[in-house]
Amino acid sequence: MTTSIRGLALSGLLGTTMLAGAAYADCGIAAGKVSIVGNDFPAIHTVADAAAACATGTVEVKVNLTKDHEKLNAPGMTAKPAEYSSAIVASSSIVPLMGAGLLRPLDDLIAAHGTDIPKGQLITIDGKVMAVAFMANAQHMFVRKDVLEAAGVAAPKTYDELLAAAEKVRAGGMASPFCSTYGVGWNLGQEFVNMYLGMGGEFFKPGSAEPAVNNEKGVAALETMKALTGYMNPDFLTFDSNAVTAEWEAGNCAIATLWGSRAAVLMDGKESAPGVAENTVAAATPSAGGNAFPATTLWWDGWTVAANISDEDAAATFMAMKAGIAPSILTANTMGQAVWMIEGYQPTAAAQGVAESIAGGAPSYPMEPYMGAMHMAADGNLADFLTGKEDAATALADIEAAYIAAAKEGGFLK
Amino acid sequence: MTANVADRRSLPLQAVLVGFLIVWIIVAAFPFLWTLWGSFKVEGDFFSKADWTNALTGPMTRTETGGAFTGRGYQGAWVTNEFWRAGLNTLIVVVSVVTISLTFGTLGGYALARSGYRYVFWVLIVALVFRAMPHVTLVSGYLLPFFQWNLWGHLPTAIIVLVAINQPFTLWMLTSFFQNIPKDLDESAMVDGCSRFQAFRLVIIPVMWPGVITTGLFSFLLAYNDFAVTAMLLNQENQTMVPKIASFLGTTQTKGNVMFAVSAVVSATAPLFLLVMFFQRQIVSGLTAGAVKG
Amino acid sequence: MKHKTFLWFILPSALAMLLFIAMPIVSVLLQSVFAPHEQVIREVENCDVFGCKKSTIVDVEATAALREAAPMGRFVGTAIYTDRNHLALSEIGTIWSSATGAADFFKQVLNLPFYGALTFTLTYTALVTPLAILLGFSIALAVNAIPRFLRGPAIFFSLLPMIVTPLVGALILFWMVDARGILGVAIQSLVGDPDLSVKASTPMMWSMLIVYGVWSTAPFAFVVYYAGLQTVPQDTLESAMIDGATRWQRLRFVIIPHLLPLTTFLLLIKIMDNFRVFEPIVSFNAGAHAQSLSYFIYADLSATNRLLSSAAATSVLTILGVVVLLSPVIVHTWKSFGRTAS
Repeated sequence: MTTSIRGLALSGLLGTTMLAGAAYADCGIAAGKVSIVGNDFPAIHTVADAAAACATGTVEVKVNLTKDHEKLNAPGMTAKPAEYSSAIVASSSIVPLMGAGLLRPLDDLIAAHGTDIPKGQLITIDGKVMAVAFMANAQHMFVRKDVLEAAGVAAPKTYDELLAAAEKVRAGGMASPFCSTYGVGWNLGQEFVNMYLGMGGEFFKPGSAEPAVNNEKGVAALETMKALTGYMNPDFLTFDSNAVTAEWEAGNCAIATLWGSRAAVLMDGKESAPGVAENTVAAATPSAGGNAFPATTLWWDGWTVAANISDEDAAATFMAMKAGIAPSILTANTMGQAVWMIEGYQPTAAAQGVAESIAGGAPSYPMEPYMGAMHMAADGNLADFLTGKEDAATALADIEAAYIAAAKEGGFLK
Repeated sequence: MTANVADRRSLPLQAVLVGFLIVWIIVAAFPFLWTLWGSFKVEGDFFSKADWTNALTGPMTRTETGGAFTGRGYQGAWVTNEFWRAGLNTLIVVVSVVTISLTFGTLGGYALARSGYRYVFWVLIVALVFRAMPHVTLVSGYLLPFFQWNLWGHLPTAIIVLVAINQPFTLWMLTSFFQNIPKDLDESAMVDGCSRFQAFRLVIIPVMWPGVITTGLFSFLLAYNDFAVTAMLLNQENQTMVPKIASFLGTTQTKGNVMFAVSAVVSATAPLFLLVMFFQRQIVSGLTAGAVKG
Repeated sequence: MKHKTFLWFILPSALAMLLFIAMPIVSVLLQSVFAPHEQVIREVENCDVFGCKKSTIVDVEATAALREAAPMGRFVGTAIYTDRNHLALSEIGTIWSSATGAADFFKQVLNLPFYGALTFTLTYTALVTPLAILLGFSIALAVNAIPRFLRGPAIFFSLLPMIVTPLVGALILFWMVDARGILGVAIQSLVGDPDLSVKASTPMMWSMLIVYGVWSTAPFAFVVYYAGLQTVPQDTLESAMIDGATRWQRLRFVIIPHLLPLTTFLLLIKIMDNFRVFEPIVSFNAGAHAQSLSYFIYADLSATNRLLSSAAATSVLTILGVVVLLSPVIVHTWKSFGRTAS
């Protein structure tokens, strides 16, 4: 990893104060059609609303933010002309769009209309800019300062320390002190990705789509995950981030790993049990397997421009989306919605976990085109291990077998 | 249907039946009544992870709103988020789906009931196989062609898809219903010089309403509650109620918005209450005349 | 009826089904035997906001050339049907030769996703179908026994499980059965185990899904049966009474036979719906403990996976499964059709 880009990202994170003066409605677009598809959460609403403010008599802006965006964006951008001129994507969801050739490289548009977009926000793949990022996210640790102090332990730096701390907290009377998103469906796969990469593992044999998880690092990752479940609510296999948020706010957890985008919610004090919000501290994810970096993956959210649209619409979309992530969107209300990668961002205490995880050198989520198949193969084959029905080696063999069948079908393996 | 023999029961048996019914109604209605009560609380109380009695006593509702009950959920859903627009779209979808389904279904069902040829059996079996197709697969298959032909996102597209998906069930119901209307009725009309269609229009339509209304109720419920089709095929401004409720939940639940969804669900049930009260007689007589003897 | 008249009458309905169901079924069949092309993979340098690293990408131009050459995709025949994520024929062969005994064989086979899902789906169908029909029948008998003016509200409340949108209905129920929810606490005090959690164990999760299935589908059977009860011929009942038939005999020999065609209809619809069970698994986050074929389709179509051919193959297997399960009912219909058609 080159340090310069990391440095830029961090400076965006830590907030070099810039003047935010762009007027909302005047985006400098002559004419064109803009149609945005994206996920449905507050930060993306903010971006889409600002882009939609570019609408004029000659500029049409449509927005469709839905949980099912990843099912809609590929078919919608395959049509000619594309139904969606921009998809708001994340580290993982850009991959299938790119693989199908549905995204327009942005280099010419940047040269014409976007030389002022900071280089740190550009996602460059094979030398071509494919997306512009506007927020960062990662699953990181939350601790309850008061509970840990009462138990006489410091905030853990490694998963071993975390297990020891959880043991002490439990002795103090909290039944399931550790909370995490171990729900099957997608989350559990993500937990495995974090832990396995944290152990220093590689998912694939170098340069190929052959799986390589059935090894001692895989076993170590699984054993750590299983040890953690010993300190979790017995329902852990149903826990998504909504459930963990609710558990945390009810004061049922002392330590959690949860998405950074939830930090502001955990700390806002609304609908929390007394004493929870003010003692909630965000920190880097613990490291695993004796490695120095946090056992988590870094994610970005960014916008793209569709390939199958006219140049006029592409330029209009580019300028509207650029307006959508202009520094002026950061207000007192929107500042806490995400860890913005936009100039003028003033990091709050809620951003600390993501910032520390980046600074600690956590890897970004893998972008191999067959990573999705691996993620879901892991997700679907870990429950039996975690509930004690099979051993780690069988679970890893199952993951590889399920992955191979999927990768063969996808044309990645012969 | 008058005070019939079955109504004359011994007292103990009557008591057992009524007791069973009371238990069932509690079991059936309890989650809804709980929701109705909870829709006037804040999320932290209704979805309390600390203690379920919070949903009854509402300590957070008190501290946050000052009262034991709050109309915030309803205000958020109806005023701030304009849930009525979704209601209007649902009205359009439901009325169209029911009308078109029944028009297609009565014509087809009548033909199937009167044909008498063996291929009728196969048409019915093929319809059954069609019904077995998982909706998720169907909907994901529609996406690309619909986007390509610019059909995606519009209400008529969702309506015709719902009609098609609903046809197998409608055909089965209505066929068995038409089989119970004596053949003599329309055949004597044809002897009098009517064409087949005239016989259908003048003789059958007047007597078919009970069966049609029952079938209509099931079409109505399907269109009213559908999520798989409407969530994937409608764009945001054409959203019907159920996808709108899903969007209150969002990908990650935003505080307060969950209660919009809860309030919206309670609101969406009210028209169904009126509908059931209004049509209960027809539901009964409709099925009576139709599928029962099928 | 003349063939031509028949055609005109059935045309709108048939056209709708052909366009929106038959054509998709054909494309699903094609999709299940044509997998995506070989992907040409290239190693490149990716730079995101966190840094640069080597990764692979799909070579779009090279893959597009392959696509041009064979627009349907790569013909794989039944390879997807028989791969590990579906029927897993070769894996079963391996297990057969390596298993140490019958118990070990079944344990290993049930570890394969398709067979694990089939076990749950069949258990669910076998329990929910009769229980829901029986419950619906009992409710219908009970509602029929109460004074007329109470029947309207009774019908409405009985219909509630069916008409509250499952989306939120299941969300609320999921919270109610939580270890600290009202139903969860009730179950704990009933069983006398304060640590019991319905969501934590596979048997409990299965029971919960089955109870939810019965609860949410009984109303449909109820409406159908309640209507059926209104048509029981009164004169037959009365003459049975005059002949001295007991209440039970009247139910057994008059009412139940009268409702038999309805039961066939309910079986047909309910077996089909239960075999495709899907929504409760997603709503209750039960994917760790229970899967069904429809759940696999949903997972295959998810954005992370996008296994369209796999989803297509599972869909075809679902249809075949439904046809097999319904074959007794279909044969029965064929026979009764022969009687009425002549």
